Amino acid sequence: MDGNKYRVGILSMQGATEEHASQLRNLGHEPILIKNKEMLKNADALIIPGGESTAIWRLMKKNDLIEAIQHFAQLKKPIFGTCAGLVLLGKGQVETEHPVNLGLMDIQVKRNGFGRQKDSFEANLDVKGMKEAYPAVFIRAPYIESAGEHVDVLAAYEGKIVAAREDNLLVAAFHPELTDDNRFLELFLSMVEEKVIAV
Amino acid sequence: MTDRVTGTERVKRGMAQMQKGGVIMDVVNKEQAKIAEEAGAVAVMALEKVPSDIRAAGGVARMADVSIVEEVMEAVSIPVMAKVRIGHIVEARILESLGVDYIDESEVLTPADDLFHLDKKPFTVPFVCGCRDLGEAARRIGEGASMLRTKGEPGTGNIVEAVRHLREVQSQVRRIVHMNEDELMTEAKNLGAPFEILLQIKEAGRLPVVNFAAGGVATPADAALMMELGADGVFVGSGIFKSKNPEKFARSIVEATTYYQDYQKIGELSKDLGEAMKGIDMKTLRPEDRMQDRSF
Repeated sequence: MDGNKYRVGILSMQGATEEHASQLRNLGHEPILIKNKEMLKNADALIIPGGESTAIWRLMKKNDLIEAIQHFAQLKKPIFGTCAGLVLLGKGQVETEHPVNLGLMDIQVKRNGFGRQKDSFEANLDVKGMKEAYPAVFIRAPYIESAGEHVDVLAAYEGKIVAAREDNLLVAAFHPELTDDNRFLELFLSMVEEKVIAV
Repeated sequence: MTDRVTGTERVKRGMAQMQKGGVIMDVVNKEQAKIAEEAGAVAVMALEKVPSDIRAAGGVARMADVSIVEEVMEAVSIPVMAKVRIGHIVEARILESLGVDYIDESEVLTPADDLFHLDKKPFTVPFVCGCRDLGEAARRIGEGASMLRTKGEPGTGNIVEAVRHLREVQSQVRRIVHMNEDELMTEAKNLGAPFEILLQIKEAGRLPVVNFAAGGVATPADAALMMELGADGVFVGSGIFKSKNPEKFARSIVEATTYYQDYQKIGELSKDLGEAMKGIDMKTLRPEDRMQDRSF
């Protein structure tokens, strides 16, 4: 509840790490910028931020973070992926020669599904469990082409799935870290709280 | 829902925020673009010649041939940027129509307008512009640039100007942040900067857009130095494909940018790299060959 402080790791290979960190600080939690697997051990939860998924993937691979994050997920610690983070958390990608993914969430992802930068957009999104529309910022955004039966779809835009949850994993195709609206982060923190209480 | 809005300030600046901590590499064909992507570049800059070859060739340097830009866009899934001449509205509109992800209004090319930069606000595509100091940075933001890069001196493989420009911008930002608000207008006059932009910097405690370093990065240690000095990321022009081993330079520069304070790692990355690009001492550069002085 209020007053609980969580140590939330932010995978810091590349991308919008500081934006997530500053939102966490504003809510009274402690961000840890994760650059190696040892640092991951101290985290209650992990955020994989927006960035370039191929660049983040290559750096994760080179620095032994893939198995470490897969292990982190097996411990049922919560992981939140935004944009590139969604791509990386999925089990597969459609129409890609070289898929980059941790293979954790039962979703098939279409990278750059909404097009190039000229097609990047903002829109108000209806999200399951949220009373008011969420101001979503989509930047060269992916979408979820198909999701397994245990995946809870939280939002779709023009028929395409853009936010979902499966057990300890939460994903958004857009960038909550670029807005002042904390509701997605709060949803994630409630997952962290459930996990910490369960332990 | 059908309230989709494209080309907003948040979407244009946000795209650059997603590039932070990364390396953007100059490429002149699809083979180089693939090497860059494979090495972990966050974007590629498609152009006809890298800056050191532009320097050597002389004459007028223009926007790349459209077929090169298309070839690169076809070859990679990471964002593709391309350069236009300063003030060349039509080159910019052409690149926008091609669907390029970011346009660099660049002093590396020969300016098309020697008085006015582009009004970048009406474009859907975002722009990055060069700067040597906060006045220049703030003027470009005022015109609608969504990302900055400190200029350095392109195509020299010499980091000294890049260091000078980044330090200058950082130090001027710190000054603004600590100023009283009643001192800002005179500072705006002195810097030649829009007052409103300085006010935003003062309130936010930082530049309102992402600022990469450019112009002279030739080694992993150079890239890490720019990060150490506060750059949000690094542009590498001639430094990669003018080195003896582009794949290795590209990979090492990417990793050194992420792990810029892990000196042991950067040491490892700097082993057996082979020859870096041949550099140019600033003292041997004629004033008319200084690309950094080509904007206003």
